[in-house]
Amino acid sequence: MEAYKIYSLTSAVLFVIGIGGIFIARHFIKKIIATIIMGGGVFLCFVSFAERDALNFADPVPHAMVITGIVVAVASAAFALALARRIYQLTGEESFTKDQ
Amino acid sequence: METTSFLPLLIIFSSLLPGTLILMLREDQSALRTFLNLFGAVAKVGLIAWVFAGYLRGEEYGFILPLAPDLAFVLRVDQLGLFFASLSSVLWLVTTLYAIGYLEGGKHRRRFFAFFSFCVTAATGIALSGNVITFFIFYEFLTLSTYPLVVHSGTDKAVNAGRTYLWYTIGGGTILFLGVVALFVVAGPISFGQTEVIASLASVNPTQLTIIFFLMLTGLAVKAAIFPLHGWLPISMVAPAPVSALLHAVAVVKAGAFGIIRLVYDVYGIEVAEQLNLLTPLAVFAAFTIIYGSVRALFQDDFKKRLAFSTVSQLSYISLGVAITGVLSSAGAIVHLVHQGIMKITMFFAAGNVAETYGYKKISELDGIGRRMPLTMGVFTIAVFGMIGLPPVAGFISKWYLGLGAVEAGSYWVVLVLLGSSALNAAYFLPIVYRAWFCEPEHEAAPLRQIGRLETQALLLIPVIVTGILSLAAGVFAAMAGSPLSIAREIAEKLYLL
Amino acid sequence: MTDLPTSPFPALLVGLPFLLATLSLFFSSKGKAVVGLIGSFLTALLAIVAFVEVTQQGTVIHILGGWEPPLGILLRMDSLAAVFIGMTALVGVFISLYARGYFRAQEDSSEGFPLFWPLWLFLWAGLNGLFLSNDLFNLFVTIEVIGICAVALAVLSGKKAALFAGLRYLLAAITGSMAYLFGVALIYGSTGTLDLALLGQVLEPGPTTTFALLVITPGLMIKMAGFPFHFWLPPAHSSAPAPVSALLSALVVKGAFYILLRLWTEVFGVSLTFAAGQLIGVAGAVAVIWGSWQAFMQTSLKLIVAHSSVAQLGYLLLVFPLLVLAPGVTADSADWLSPAWTAGVYQVIAHAFAKASFFLSAGIIIMAMGHDRIESFRDLAARMPMTVMAIGLAGVSLIGLPPSGGFMAKWNLLQGIFLSGQWWWAPAVLGGSLLTASYVFMLMRLAFAPARKKEPLRPVPFRLQVFALLLALGSFLIILPAESLIQFLESSQIFGSGIESIVEGGVYGND
Repeated sequence: MEAYKIYSLTSAVLFVIGIGGIFIARHFIKKIIATIIMGGGVFLCFVSFAERDALNFADPVPHAMVITGIVVAVASAAFALALARRIYQLTGEESFTKDQ
Repeated sequence: METTSFLPLLIIFSSLLPGTLILMLREDQSALRTFLNLFGAVAKVGLIAWVFAGYLRGEEYGFILPLAPDLAFVLRVDQLGLFFASLSSVLWLVTTLYAIGYLEGGKHRRRFFAFFSFCVTAATGIALSGNVITFFIFYEFLTLSTYPLVVHSGTDKAVNAGRTYLWYTIGGGTILFLGVVALFVVAGPISFGQTEVIASLASVNPTQLTIIFFLMLTGLAVKAAIFPLHGWLPISMVAPAPVSALLHAVAVVKAGAFGIIRLVYDVYGIEVAEQLNLLTPLAVFAAFTIIYGSVRALFQDDFKKRLAFSTVSQLSYISLGVAITGVLSSAGAIVHLVHQGIMKITMFFAAGNVAETYGYKKISELDGIGRRMPLTMGVFTIAVFGMIGLPPVAGFISKWYLGLGAVEAGSYWVVLVLLGSSALNAAYFLPIVYRAWFCEPEHEAAPLRQIGRLETQALLLIPVIVTGILSLAAGVFAAMAGSPLSIAREIAEKLYLL
Repeated sequence: MTDLPTSPFPALLVGLPFLLATLSLFFSSKGKAVVGLIGSFLTALLAIVAFVEVTQQGTVIHILGGWEPPLGILLRMDSLAAVFIGMTALVGVFISLYARGYFRAQEDSSEGFPLFWPLWLFLWAGLNGLFLSNDLFNLFVTIEVIGICAVALAVLSGKKAALFAGLRYLLAAITGSMAYLFGVALIYGSTGTLDLALLGQVLEPGPTTTFALLVITPGLMIKMAGFPFHFWLPPAHSSAPAPVSALLSALVVKGAFYILLRLWTEVFGVSLTFAAGQLIGVAGAVAVIWGSWQAFMQTSLKLIVAHSSVAQLGYLLLVFPLLVLAPGVTADSADWLSPAWTAGVYQVIAHAFAKASFFLSAGIIIMAMGHDRIESFRDLAARMPMTVMAIGLAGVSLIGLPPSGGFMAKWNLLQGIFLSGQWWWAPAVLGGSLLTASYVFMLMRLAFAPARKKEPLRPVPFRLQVFALLLALGSFLIILPAESLIQFLESSQIFGSGIESIVEGGVYGND
């Protein structure tokens, strides 16, 4: 099996695990980690496509995108963590309750 | 197509602008408010008279504002539109006077008079609309502008009546909307009077056209209060008397009836309507409504409620006249637009006067009221004779023409309906007249208002006398040129010559 | 693409609000508001100048820093983008003016929220950037900027309900954008390009494209709160301060719709089946009915308005089944495409104006009464006539009664539905209108009813009421330039284009 296929398949698996985690996990931190796993899958997918038949060197565009994407994902995750912490400080809640 | 003129737009703005300005006034600026109101009302009557004169000279007035490709806002002046606009504007002037007297010292008059003006704006807009879309725009505008008037008193009863009113009218409006869009898709933008468009399609897709006709008819029948869509009308009589006058005579029900006239004569055309056999169901429902309304009216003790059911019945004369083909019945239908208006407004004014002056709202309380309010009950009696169809009051003319038209068309059953309805009219109106003039009052009641030397306030009395005289004059002078009947005949003759 | 006239405006439209937002961070609370307000005016002015330029020159482009794509960024402003940017500018200026008065009136009660201004300008920069983007990845970055700013705005108050709603919103937004990005990766992997126009030519139907479509579409529907992914919207929009709710409902969700519309018509054309369009349509129809019904069942004003957004966004989804043509139908012969596009654009604009006005009015009522439970609406027509008027007018536009912008949208939508023969959408459109009428007139009925007990009203600055009313009037005035606006839009290549599905299969695939 070629390397990029392994990467691609792994990325799909990670993506699905992430989505599942977001819906199944109850704890805020677990949900946030799930989004990070999802992001990891997506970035892996990008990187795996950098090896192209037409080129004899790695395609730089996916790398540029992954770097930007990681920055965005880090910012979102940090923001989500800050919100979760604030909620915990205010209410002591660690997960969504029915009425929220 | 025709010269662009801002006159029709000016007619619309003659009440839209005062209404908007009134909304910006303070509640206590009543002098300015009254001035604006009357200025707008007089200006509107004047403008319509001017346009009417110009129209008779052969001038054409039209205003077109394209909104989107194939979607244009068109105001155009034709005889039928002017006829309805004249009715609305004249009765609006009278009703404004009456409302000023009626609501003196009342609450939220700013809101009331503003929406009162919007309401008549919508009515004249409906009258002057040049195509189906413009008509629909004003038709919905009318619904919205009457709602605050219906709930004006703010009591739970009024608010509930308002809800019923909205359910019926918005529901009807939605069905009408569906019909209008479907018509647009099938036949393109149709100006009123362009009956050849539908005529050319009648043989191609008759089923679609039939469905669209009945969709639009259902939408219009809500406002025209045709059974079983009449439920809102008796309930909305909780509104103040000037509003009832507006609902029953000036604007709302008339908009429905006028819409039916437009739909049959100016959109589909009589030939297509006959060819597709669209008119029979309308005739049957209208005839049933006439009898049904009268029977229900018999059992009402509430004065205004009896009048409301009477409107349900009387209004369907117009639809019935439209549904029977022939010059005479068409003329009867069109002229009844005016005749019903002036007679019913007289009755509502009279009922309002009695309720405002002595607080009587039930018919069983009216014993001997004629002696205390001779002028009010006098004109009321005239209107009653008109409703029953006794000559020489206006109502007789309408019924006579409808009857002649029915005979001409060979629909003898319609004559029976008319006779039966007249008998029922007599049965529910004459007891009021009898009580008012010939029964002794149980106890003497003092008037609730400061009435001075007259039997009630001048601003309440003058309008009712004016409309009473109008309903007599419309009958007596029916044969003269310029009378409602002569104009209605002209319109009807043009329809059948085309 | 690069042979189009170059203009500095696309770059300025993104750069100016971005710069001012950064600048305002260095000011005190009061300075932030002043910079924010000036920035709003400047950005709006710029948007209008740019709009005028597009009307004269047609589509203009800007290549950032002279770096050609694919590594550089190309901004493209066609007439569709210009209309969206213009709408953002008009609605945005009114919301800014309102926000200044609203926050100033509450400064003493620690509800001043100076951070509103930089966040709002960042959001504006993101929106402009999104409308101008010409490649898939840029769209991702801008929608992330929008998403994070929107969540930050939504949690401004720091209250418990807002934080919970905000976190839910943020998680939904991240999920949505990650799904979108996954699709972008797949498309890039199979074509090697991100340019929208180029993709439209080179993208070929196949399992990869289908899979990309299957992740991108739900991803964007999460972002635009399309049914069944609308769960995050009502709590987030209703718990935010009034000007923020207005921004979120009027503008933010439209961004995702814009991407979805562009991708479906420009990029995915070849891979879509008639059935795919129908599926989105079903989601839209359910959203219209369900959202309106939920709105009708609520007892607080802001929740009514928020649920109503779900329904109104459903109308936008109803445009898609009309755009996807059944096999064998060519775009030239489909005369319902232009009405469908007009309906979509007008629904976006009319909803922006009406919903902004609705939320701003709700803010006024909360300011006056301290809460927004609808039982205390009684007698409001007499006590706050201007606000009731604004709610009434905005409501009429949402219902779609003439002569409002909402009417223009529903009129064209129904016309498109009948012309295309897909009459089964008509009950949803009309039923939604009736349900909308039910909750709008429920409010009106209460406003006219007598008060059981009169609570004292706190004073509200008069101009706040004026701004809300002006926005409501705006939702009516927008039909006046309809004809020229549609002509202008038709100069955009994608306006009026259909999606010719060549893929076999689907509901009507065999005939």
